[in-house]
Amino acid sequence: MNWDFIAEYLPMYERAAILTVKLGVIGIVFAILVGLICAMIQYHKIPVARQIVAVYIELSRNTPLLVQLFFIYYGLPKLGANLSPEVCGIIGLAFLGGSYMAESFRSGLETIAPIQRESALSLGMTNRQAMQYIILPQAVSMSVPAFVANVIFLLKETSVFSAISLMDLMFTAKDLIGLYYKTIESLFLLVVFYLIILLPVSILGSLLERRMRHAGFGS
Amino acid sequence: MLDLGLDVLFKGSNMLRLLQGLWVAMQISLVSIAVSMPLGILCGGLMTMKNKLVRFIFRVYLEIIRIMPQLVLLFIVYFGSTRVFGWNLSGETASVIVFVLWGTAEMGDLVRGALISIPKHQYESSEALGLSKIQTYRYIIIPQTVRRLIPLAINLITRMIKTTSLVLMIGVVEMLKVAQQIIETNRMTSPNAAFGVFLVVFILYFLACWPISMLAKYLEKRWR
Repeated sequence: MNWDFIAEYLPMYERAAILTVKLGVIGIVFAILVGLICAMIQYHKIPVARQIVAVYIELSRNTPLLVQLFFIYYGLPKLGANLSPEVCGIIGLAFLGGSYMAESFRSGLETIAPIQRESALSLGMTNRQAMQYIILPQAVSMSVPAFVANVIFLLKETSVFSAISLMDLMFTAKDLIGLYYKTIESLFLLVVFYLIILLPVSILGSLLERRMRHAGFGS
Repeated sequence: MLDLGLDVLFKGSNMLRLLQGLWVAMQISLVSIAVSMPLGILCGGLMTMKNKLVRFIFRVYLEIIRIMPQLVLLFIVYFGSTRVFGWNLSGETASVIVFVLWGTAEMGDLVRGALISIPKHQYESSEALGLSKIQTYRYIIIPQTVRRLIPLAINLITRMIKTTSLVLMIGVVEMLKVAQQIIETNRMTSPNAAFGVFLVVFILYFLACWPISMLAKYLEKRWR
Protein backbone atom coordinates (compact mmCIF):
# COMPACT_ATOMS: atom_id res chain seq x y z
CA MET A 1 0.00 0.00 0.00
CA ASN A 2 1.51 3.30 -1.10
CA TRP A 3 0.29 5.93 1.35
CA ASP A 4 1.87 8.85 -0.51
CA PHE A 5 -0.22 7.97 -3.52
CA ILE A 6 -3.33 7.82 -1.36
CA ALA A 7 -2.58 11.19 0.20
CA GLU A 8 -1.94 12.71 -3.20
CA TYR A 9 -5.18 11.55 -4.77
CA LEU A 10 -7.42 11.94 -1.75
CA PRO A 11 -8.68 15.37 -2.88
CA MET A 12 -9.64 13.92 -6.26
CA TYR A 13 -11.75 11.28 -4.54
CA GLU A 14 -13.26 13.92 -2.29
CA ARG A 15 -14.44 15.90 -5.29
CA ALA A 16 -15.80 12.73 -6.86
CA ALA A 17 -17.59 11.76 -3.65
CA ILE A 18 -19.16 15.20 -3.42
CA LEU A 19 -20.42 14.84 -6.98
CA THR A 20 -21.81 11.37 -6.22
CA VAL A 21 -23.59 12.60 -3.10
CA LYS A 22 -24.88 15.76 -4.80
CA LEU A 23 -26.35 13.95 -7.78
CA GLY A 24 -27.60 11.15 -5.55
CA VAL A 25 -29.41 13.49 -3.19
CA ILE A 26 -30.98 15.59 -5.93
CA GLY A 27 -31.99 12.47 -7.83
CA ILE A 28 -33.51 10.89 -4.72
CA VAL A 29 -35.48 14.06 -3.90
CA PHE A 30 -36.97 14.01 -7.38
CA ALA A 31 -37.57 10.28 -7.09
CA ILE A 32 -39.51 10.88 -3.87
CA LEU A 33 -41.61 13.55 -5.59
CA VAL A 34 -42.33 11.30 -8.56
CA GLY A 35 -43.07 8.42 -6.19
CA LEU A 36 -45.49 10.46 -4.09
CA ILE A 37 -47.36 11.70 -7.13
CA CYS A 38 -47.61 8.19 -8.58
CA ALA A 39 -48.70 6.69 -5.26
CA MET A 40 -51.40 9.35 -4.87
CA ILE A 41 -52.67 8.79 -8.39
CA GLN A 42 -52.89 5.06 -7.73
CA TYR A 43 -54.44 5.49 -4.31
CA HIS A 44 -57.18 7.76 -5.59
CA LYS A 45 -57.63 5.58 -8.69
CA ILE A 46 -57.62 8.54 -11.08
CA PRO A 47 -58.59 7.18 -14.50
CA VAL A 48 -56.09 7.34 -17.42
CA ALA A 49 -53.35 8.80 -15.19
CA ARG A 50 -53.50 5.57 -13.23
CA GLN A 51 -52.86 3.44 -16.32
CA ILE A 52 -49.99 5.70 -17.36
CA VAL A 53 -48.46 5.35 -13.90
CA ALA A 54 -48.84 1.56 -14.04
CA VAL A 55 -47.02 1.41 -17.38
CA TYR A 56 -44.30 3.75 -16.12
CA ILE A 57 -43.74 1.66 -13.00
CA GLU A 58 -43.41 -1.56 -15.00
CA LEU A 59 -41.05 0.07 -17.51
CA SER A 60 -38.79 1.59 -14.93
CA ARG A 61 -38.69 -1.40 -12.58
CA ASN A 62 -37.88 -3.90 -15.28
CA THR A 63 -34.96 -2.14 -16.94
CA PRO A 64 -31.50 -1.42 -15.56
CA LEU A 65 -30.44 2.13 -14.76
CA LEU A 66 -27.45 1.80 -17.08
CA VAL A 67 -29.71 1.16 -20.06
CA GLN A 68 -32.00 4.03 -19.07
CA LEU A 69 -29.01 6.36 -18.80
CA PHE A 70 -27.62 5.30 -22.18
CA PHE A 71 -30.98 5.98 -23.75
CA ILE A 72 -31.29 9.40 -22.10
CA TYR A 73 -27.69 10.43 -22.66
CA TYR A 74 -26.95 9.05 -26.13
CA GLY A 75 -30.42 8.45 -27.55
CA LEU A 76 -32.48 11.51 -26.69
CA PRO A 77 -30.03 14.12 -28.14
CA LYS A 78 -30.78 12.62 -31.56
CA LEU A 79 -34.29 13.96 -31.15
CA GLY A 80 -32.92 17.36 -30.22
CA ALA A 81 -32.93 17.10 -26.43
CA ASN A 82 -29.37 17.96 -25.47
CA LEU A 83 -28.80 17.36 -21.80
CA SER A 84 -25.65 17.67 -19.71
CA PRO A 85 -24.42 14.45 -18.09
CA GLU A 86 -25.38 15.77 -14.65
CA VAL A 87 -28.97 16.41 -15.72
CA CYS A 88 -29.08 12.99 -17.41
CA GLY A 89 -27.90 11.33 -14.24
CA ILE A 90 -30.53 13.09 -12.16
CA ILE A 91 -33.30 12.31 -14.65
CA GLY A 92 -32.21 8.68 -14.80
CA LEU A 93 -32.14 8.33 -11.04
CA ALA A 94 -35.51 10.03 -10.69
CA PHE A 95 -36.97 7.81 -13.42
CA LEU A 96 -35.70 4.63 -11.80
CA GLY A 97 -36.26 5.70 -8.20
CA GLY A 98 -39.72 7.13 -8.80
CA SER A 99 -41.24 3.71 -9.34
CA TYR A 100 -39.46 2.15 -6.35
CA MET A 101 -40.57 5.02 -4.13
CA ALA A 102 -44.11 4.80 -5.52
CA GLU A 103 -44.27 1.10 -4.66
CA SER A 104 -43.04 1.67 -1.11
CA PHE A 105 -45.53 4.50 -0.53
CA ARG A 106 -48.34 2.52 -2.10
CA SER A 107 -47.72 -0.51 0.08
CA GLY A 108 -47.59 1.85 3.07
CA LEU A 109 -50.95 3.32 2.12
CA GLU A 110 -52.42 -0.12 1.56
CA THR A 111 -51.62 -1.25 5.09
CA ILE A 112 -53.85 1.47 6.51
CA ALA A 113 -57.24 -0.17 7.06
CA PRO A 114 -60.24 1.53 5.39
CA ILE A 115 -61.79 1.90 8.84
CA GLN A 116 -59.23 4.61 9.62
CA ARG A 117 -60.46 6.76 6.78
CA GLU A 118 -64.09 6.03 7.47
CA SER A 119 -63.68 6.89 11.14
CA ALA A 120 -61.95 10.15 10.24
CA LEU A 121 -64.75 11.05 7.86
CA SER A 122 -67.43 10.20 10.39
CA LEU A 123 -65.68 12.49 12.88
CA GLY A 124 -66.42 15.26 10.43
CA MET A 125 -63.02 15.57 8.82
CA THR A 126 -62.84 16.48 5.17
CA ASN A 127 -61.13 14.15 2.72
CA ARG A 128 -58.06 16.35 2.80
CA GLN A 129 -57.90 16.41 6.57
CA ALA A 130 -58.32 12.65 6.78
CA MET A 131 -55.42 12.26 4.37
CA GLN A 132 -53.24 14.83 6.09
CA TYR A 133 -53.77 13.94 9.74
CA ILE A 134 -54.84 10.30 9.76
CA ILE A 135 -53.72 8.35 6.73
CA LEU A 136 -50.44 9.93 5.64
CA PRO A 137 -48.71 9.95 9.05
CA GLN A 138 -49.45 6.26 9.50
CA ALA A 139 -48.66 5.34 5.91
CA VAL A 140 -45.35 7.18 5.99
CA SER A 141 -44.20 5.39 9.10
CA MET A 142 -45.31 2.05 7.65
CA SER A 143 -43.27 2.63 4.50
CA VAL A 144 -40.09 3.69 6.31
CA PRO A 145 -38.26 0.34 5.99
CA ALA A 146 -38.88 0.10 2.26
CA PHE A 147 -38.09 3.78 1.87
CA VAL A 148 -34.71 3.47 3.59
CA ALA A 149 -33.88 0.41 1.51
CA ASN A 150 -34.71 2.39 -1.62
CA VAL A 151 -32.52 5.32 -0.62
CA ILE A 152 -29.54 3.01 -0.10
CA PHE A 153 -30.32 1.18 -3.33
CA LEU A 154 -30.44 4.45 -5.28
CA LEU A 155 -27.22 5.76 -3.75
CA LYS A 156 -25.57 2.50 -4.77
CA GLU A 157 -26.99 2.78 -8.26
CA THR A 158 -25.24 6.13 -8.74
CA SER A 159 -22.09 4.06 -9.30
CA VAL A 160 -23.11 3.58 -12.95
CA PHE A 161 -22.95 7.33 -13.59
CA SER A 162 -19.35 6.89 -14.69
CA ALA A 163 -20.70 5.31 -17.89
CA ILE A 164 -22.04 8.68 -19.06
CA SER A 165 -18.69 10.35 -18.37
CA LEU A 166 -19.55 11.83 -15.01
CA MET A 167 -16.43 12.10 -12.84
CA ASP A 168 -17.84 10.14 -9.94
CA LEU A 169 -16.03 7.71 -7.62
CA MET A 170 -16.07 4.81 -10.08
CA PHE A 171 -14.76 7.02 -12.85
CA THR A 172 -11.93 8.29 -10.67
CA ALA A 173 -10.96 4.79 -9.57
CA LYS A 174 -10.98 3.42 -13.09
CA ASP A 175 -9.01 6.42 -14.30
CA LEU A 176 -6.31 5.99 -11.69
CA ILE A 177 -6.07 2.25 -12.30
CA GLY A 178 -5.60 2.92 -15.98
CA LEU A 179 -3.14 5.80 -15.55
CA TYR A 180 -0.83 4.64 -12.77
CA TYR A 181 -1.61 0.94 -12.36
CA LYS A 182 -2.07 1.57 -8.62
CA THR A 183 -4.96 -0.87 -8.43
CA ILE A 184 -4.93 -1.62 -4.70
CA GLU A 185 -4.69 1.99 -3.60
CA SER A 186 -7.39 3.14 -6.00
CA LEU A 187 -9.79 0.39 -4.99
CA PHE A 188 -9.04 0.95 -1.30
CA LEU A 189 -9.96 4.62 -1.61
CA LEU A 190 -13.05 3.68 -3.62
CA VAL A 191 -14.30 1.30 -0.94
CA VAL A 192 -13.50 3.75 1.87
CA PHE A 193 -15.39 6.58 0.20
CA TYR A 194 -18.41 4.44 -0.56
CA LEU A 195 -18.43 3.32 3.06
CA ILE A 196 -18.25 6.95 4.20
CA ILE A 197 -21.29 7.72 2.07
CA LEU A 198 -23.35 4.58 2.65
CA LEU A 199 -22.66 3.50 6.24
CA PRO A 200 -24.21 6.57 7.93
CA VAL A 201 -27.32 6.20 5.79
CA SER A 202 -27.57 2.52 6.60
CA ILE A 203 -27.10 3.06 10.35
CA LEU A 204 -29.49 6.02 10.43
CA GLY A 205 -31.96 3.91 8.49
CA SER A 206 -31.93 1.03 10.96
CA LEU A 207 -32.32 3.45 13.88
CA LEU A 208 -35.28 5.08 12.17
CA GLU A 209 -36.75 1.68 11.41
CA ARG A 210 -36.51 0.64 15.04
CA ARG A 211 -38.27 3.83 16.12
CA MET A 212 -41.03 3.46 13.56
CA ARG A 213 -41.69 -0.21 14.31
CA HIS A 214 -44.33 0.62 16.89
CA ALA A 215 -46.01 3.28 14.81
CA GLY A 216 -48.55 1.02 13.13
CA PHE A 217 -51.94 1.26 14.70
CA GLY A 218 -54.55 -1.45 14.71
CA SER A 219 -52.65 -3.69 12.33
CA MET B 1 -40.38 11.73 -41.31
CA LEU B 2 -38.22 11.82 -38.24
CA ASP B 3 -35.28 9.45 -38.64
CA LEU B 4 -35.20 7.25 -35.56
CA GLY B 5 -32.26 5.22 -36.80
CA LEU B 6 -34.12 1.94 -36.51
CA ASP B 7 -33.00 0.88 -39.99
CA VAL B 8 -29.50 -0.14 -38.80
CA LEU B 9 -31.05 -2.98 -36.85
CA PHE B 10 -32.18 -4.62 -40.04
CA LYS B 11 -28.78 -4.38 -41.71
CA GLY B 12 -26.86 -7.62 -41.82
CA SER B 13 -27.10 -9.58 -38.61
CA ASN B 14 -27.29 -6.61 -36.27
CA MET B 15 -30.51 -7.65 -34.55
CA LEU B 16 -29.19 -11.15 -34.06
CA ARG B 17 -25.98 -9.77 -32.54
CA LEU B 18 -27.98 -7.68 -30.10
CA LEU B 19 -29.94 -10.74 -29.04
CA GLN B 20 -26.71 -12.69 -28.64
CA GLY B 21 -25.51 -9.88 -26.41
CA LEU B 22 -28.61 -10.26 -24.30
CA TRP B 23 -27.99 -13.99 -24.18
CA VAL B 24 -24.48 -13.40 -22.79
CA ALA B 25 -25.97 -11.32 -19.98
CA MET B 26 -28.68 -13.92 -19.39
CA GLN B 27 -26.11 -16.72 -19.27
CA ILE B 28 -24.08 -14.91 -16.63
CA SER B 29 -27.16 -14.33 -14.52
CA LEU B 30 -28.56 -17.85 -15.01
CA VAL B 31 -25.29 -19.51 -14.02
CA SER B 32 -24.97 -17.21 -11.02
CA ILE B 33 -28.54 -17.90 -9.97
CA ALA B 34 -28.12 -21.65 -10.32
CA VAL B 35 -25.08 -21.55 -8.05
CA SER B 36 -26.27 -18.96 -5.56
CA MET B 37 -29.72 -20.43 -4.91
CA PRO B 38 -28.54 -23.59 -3.10
CA LEU B 39 -25.70 -21.68 -1.44
CA GLY B 40 -28.16 -19.01 -0.35
CA ILE B 41 -30.54 -21.56 1.11
CA LEU B 42 -27.67 -23.09 3.06
CA CYS B 43 -26.57 -19.66 4.17
CA GLY B 44 -30.07 -18.69 5.27
CA GLY B 45 -30.42 -21.93 7.22
CA LEU B 46 -27.12 -21.28 8.98
CA MET B 47 -28.17 -17.72 9.77
CA THR B 48 -31.13 -18.95 11.79
CA MET B 49 -28.92 -21.27 13.84
CA LYS B 50 -28.61 -20.71 17.56
CA ASN B 51 -24.80 -20.54 17.35
CA LYS B 52 -23.91 -16.87 17.83
CA LEU B 53 -20.54 -17.07 16.08
CA VAL B 54 -21.97 -18.59 12.90
CA ARG B 55 -24.72 -15.97 12.86
CA PHE B 56 -22.21 -13.20 13.40
CA ILE B 57 -19.95 -14.36 10.55
CA PHE B 58 -22.83 -14.51 8.10
CA ARG B 59 -24.16 -11.18 9.29
CA VAL B 60 -20.79 -9.55 8.54
CA TYR B 61 -20.59 -11.23 5.14
CA LEU B 62 -24.10 -10.12 4.28
CA GLU B 63 -23.56 -6.52 5.37
CA ILE B 64 -20.26 -6.19 3.50
CA ILE B 65 -21.73 -7.51 0.27
CA ARG B 66 -24.89 -5.49 0.58
CA ILE B 67 -23.44 -2.12 1.40
CA MET B 68 -21.09 -2.06 -1.58
CA PRO B 69 -22.47 -1.19 -5.01
CA GLN B 70 -22.24 -4.24 -7.26
CA LEU B 71 -20.03 -2.29 -9.63
CA VAL B 72 -17.48 -1.78 -6.84
CA LEU B 73 -17.51 -5.53 -6.17
CA LEU B 74 -16.96 -6.16 -9.87
CA PHE B 75 -14.01 -3.77 -9.85
CA ILE B 76 -12.55 -5.39 -6.75
CA VAL B 77 -12.71 -8.87 -8.24
CA TYR B 78 -11.77 -7.94 -11.79
CA PHE B 79 -9.00 -5.41 -11.11
CA GLY B 80 -8.12 -5.97 -7.45
CA SER B 81 -8.03 -9.74 -7.03
CA THR B 82 -6.11 -10.24 -10.27
CA ARG B 83 -3.50 -7.78 -9.06
CA VAL B 84 -3.20 -9.20 -5.56
CA PHE B 85 -3.19 -12.90 -6.44
CA GLY B 86 -1.66 -12.56 -9.87
CA TRP B 87 -4.18 -14.81 -11.58
CA ASN B 88 -6.02 -14.16 -14.79
CA LEU B 89 -9.76 -13.68 -14.80
CA SER B 90 -11.91 -13.10 -17.83
CA GLY B 91 -14.63 -10.50 -17.41
CA GLU B 92 -17.23 -13.27 -17.54
CA THR B 93 -15.63 -15.29 -14.74
CA ALA B 94 -15.19 -12.21 -12.58
CA SER B 95 -18.83 -11.28 -13.03
CA VAL B 96 -20.04 -14.80 -12.24
CA ILE B 97 -17.94 -14.74 -9.04
CA VAL B 98 -19.40 -11.39 -8.00
CA PHE B 99 -22.97 -12.35 -8.82
CA VAL B 100 -22.64 -15.62 -6.92
CA LEU B 101 -21.28 -13.79 -3.87
CA TRP B 102 -24.01 -11.19 -4.10
CA GLY B 103 -26.79 -13.64 -4.94
CA THR B 104 -25.82 -15.91 -2.05
CA ALA B 105 -25.96 -13.01 0.39
CA GLU B 106 -29.32 -11.79 -0.89
CA MET B 107 -30.81 -15.25 -1.12
CA GLY B 108 -29.52 -16.08 2.34
CA ASP B 109 -31.25 -13.05 3.74
CA LEU B 110 -34.50 -13.93 1.96
CA VAL B 111 -34.37 -17.48 3.33
CA ARG B 112 -33.62 -16.19 6.81
CA GLY B 113 -36.52 -13.76 6.57
CA ALA B 114 -38.88 -16.48 5.39
CA LEU B 115 -37.77 -18.88 8.11
CA ILE B 116 -38.16 -16.44 10.99
CA SER B 117 -41.51 -15.28 9.63
CA ILE B 118 -42.95 -18.71 10.50
CA PRO B 119 -44.55 -18.19 13.91
CA LYS B 120 -43.12 -20.17 16.81
CA HIS B 121 -46.42 -21.88 17.52
CA GLN B 122 -46.09 -23.79 14.27
CA TYR B 123 -43.05 -25.58 15.66
CA GLU B 124 -44.73 -26.07 19.03
CA SER B 125 -47.99 -27.36 17.62
CA SER B 126 -46.26 -29.91 15.43
CA GLU B 127 -44.22 -31.04 18.41
CA ALA B 128 -47.40 -31.35 20.42
CA LEU B 129 -48.85 -33.48 17.64
CA GLY B 130 -45.93 -35.83 18.08
CA LEU B 131 -44.05 -35.04 14.86
CA SER B 132 -40.32 -35.59 14.93
CA LYS B 133 -37.91 -32.79 14.14
CA ILE B 134 -37.49 -34.00 10.55
CA GLN B 135 -41.23 -34.41 10.09
CA THR B 136 -41.83 -30.92 11.43
CA TYR B 137 -39.55 -29.43 8.80
CA ARG B 138 -40.68 -31.77 6.04
CA TYR B 139 -44.43 -31.28 6.43
CA ILE B 140 -44.91 -28.00 8.32
CA ILE B 141 -42.08 -25.52 8.05
CA ILE B 142 -40.57 -26.05 4.61
CA PRO B 143 -43.85 -25.95 2.63
CA GLN B 144 -44.77 -22.66 4.28
CA THR B 145 -41.30 -21.21 3.86
CA VAL B 146 -41.16 -22.15 0.21
CA ARG B 147 -44.43 -20.39 -0.50
CA ARG B 148 -43.14 -17.18 1.00
CA LEU B 149 -39.76 -17.59 -0.59
CA ILE B 150 -40.48 -18.37 -4.24
CA PRO B 151 -41.93 -14.99 -5.28
CA LEU B 152 -39.04 -13.20 -3.58
CA ALA B 153 -36.50 -15.52 -5.18
CA ILE B 154 -38.02 -14.87 -8.61
CA ASN B 155 -37.71 -11.16 -7.98
CA LEU B 156 -34.06 -11.71 -7.18
CA ILE B 157 -33.65 -13.27 -10.63
CA THR B 158 -34.94 -10.13 -12.36
CA ARG B 159 -32.70 -7.99 -10.19
CA MET B 160 -29.78 -10.13 -11.22
CA ILE B 161 -30.60 -9.90 -14.92
CA LYS B 162 -30.84 -6.13 -14.59
CA THR B 163 -27.56 -5.94 -12.71
CA THR B 164 -25.75 -7.92 -15.40
CA SER B 165 -25.89 -4.78 -17.53
CA LEU B 166 -23.01 -3.59 -15.35
CA VAL B 167 -20.60 -6.17 -16.76
CA LEU B 168 -20.17 -3.80 -19.68
CA MET B 169 -17.93 -1.76 -17.38
CA ILE B 170 -15.41 -4.58 -16.95
CA GLY B 171 -15.21 -5.27 -20.64
CA VAL B 172 -17.65 -8.12 -21.19
CA VAL B 173 -19.24 -7.86 -24.62
CA GLU B 174 -22.93 -7.96 -23.82
CA MET B 175 -25.96 -6.23 -25.30
CA LEU B 176 -25.00 -2.64 -24.47
CA LYS B 177 -21.50 -3.13 -25.84
CA VAL B 178 -22.87 -4.65 -29.05
CA ALA B 179 -25.26 -1.71 -29.28
CA GLN B 180 -22.36 0.71 -28.99
CA GLN B 181 -20.45 -1.19 -31.67
CA ILE B 182 -23.43 -1.09 -34.03
CA ILE B 183 -23.87 2.63 -33.47
CA GLU B 184 -20.19 3.35 -34.02
CA THR B 185 -20.04 1.36 -37.27
CA ASN B 186 -23.05 3.14 -38.71
CA ARG B 187 -22.10 6.61 -37.50
CA MET B 188 -21.85 7.98 -41.08
CA THR B 189 -24.79 6.30 -42.75
CA SER B 190 -27.26 6.52 -39.90
CA PRO B 191 -26.33 9.26 -37.41
CA ASN B 192 -29.50 8.82 -35.41
CA ALA B 193 -28.86 5.16 -34.71
CA ALA B 194 -28.14 5.86 -31.02
CA PHE B 195 -31.80 6.61 -30.42
CA GLY B 196 -33.25 3.59 -32.14
CA VAL B 197 -30.68 1.07 -30.98
CA PHE B 198 -30.74 2.09 -27.33
CA LEU B 199 -34.52 2.17 -27.44
CA VAL B 200 -34.51 -1.42 -28.69
CA VAL B 201 -32.00 -2.40 -25.98
CA PHE B 202 -34.32 -0.81 -23.42
CA ILE B 203 -37.30 -2.74 -24.77
CA LEU B 204 -35.37 -6.02 -24.92
CA TYR B 205 -34.32 -5.72 -21.28
CA PHE B 206 -37.91 -4.96 -20.42
CA LEU B 207 -39.15 -8.01 -22.33
CA ALA B 208 -36.60 -10.19 -20.57
CA CYS B 209 -37.51 -9.04 -17.06
CA TRP B 210 -41.18 -8.16 -17.23
CA PRO B 211 -42.66 -11.68 -17.62
CA ILE B 212 -40.52 -12.90 -14.72
CA SER B 213 -41.64 -10.12 -12.39
CA MET B 214 -45.25 -10.63 -13.49
CA LEU B 215 -44.92 -14.29 -12.51
CA ALA B 216 -43.52 -13.29 -9.12
CA LYS B 217 -46.41 -10.88 -8.58
CA TYR B 218 -48.94 -13.53 -9.59
CA LEU B 219 -47.49 -16.15 -7.26
CA GLU B 220 -47.31 -13.66 -4.41
CA LYS B 221 -50.98 -12.87 -4.79
CA ARG B 222 -52.03 -16.48 -5.19
CA TRP B 223 -50.10 -17.84 -2.26
CA ARG B 224 -50.84 -15.09 0.19
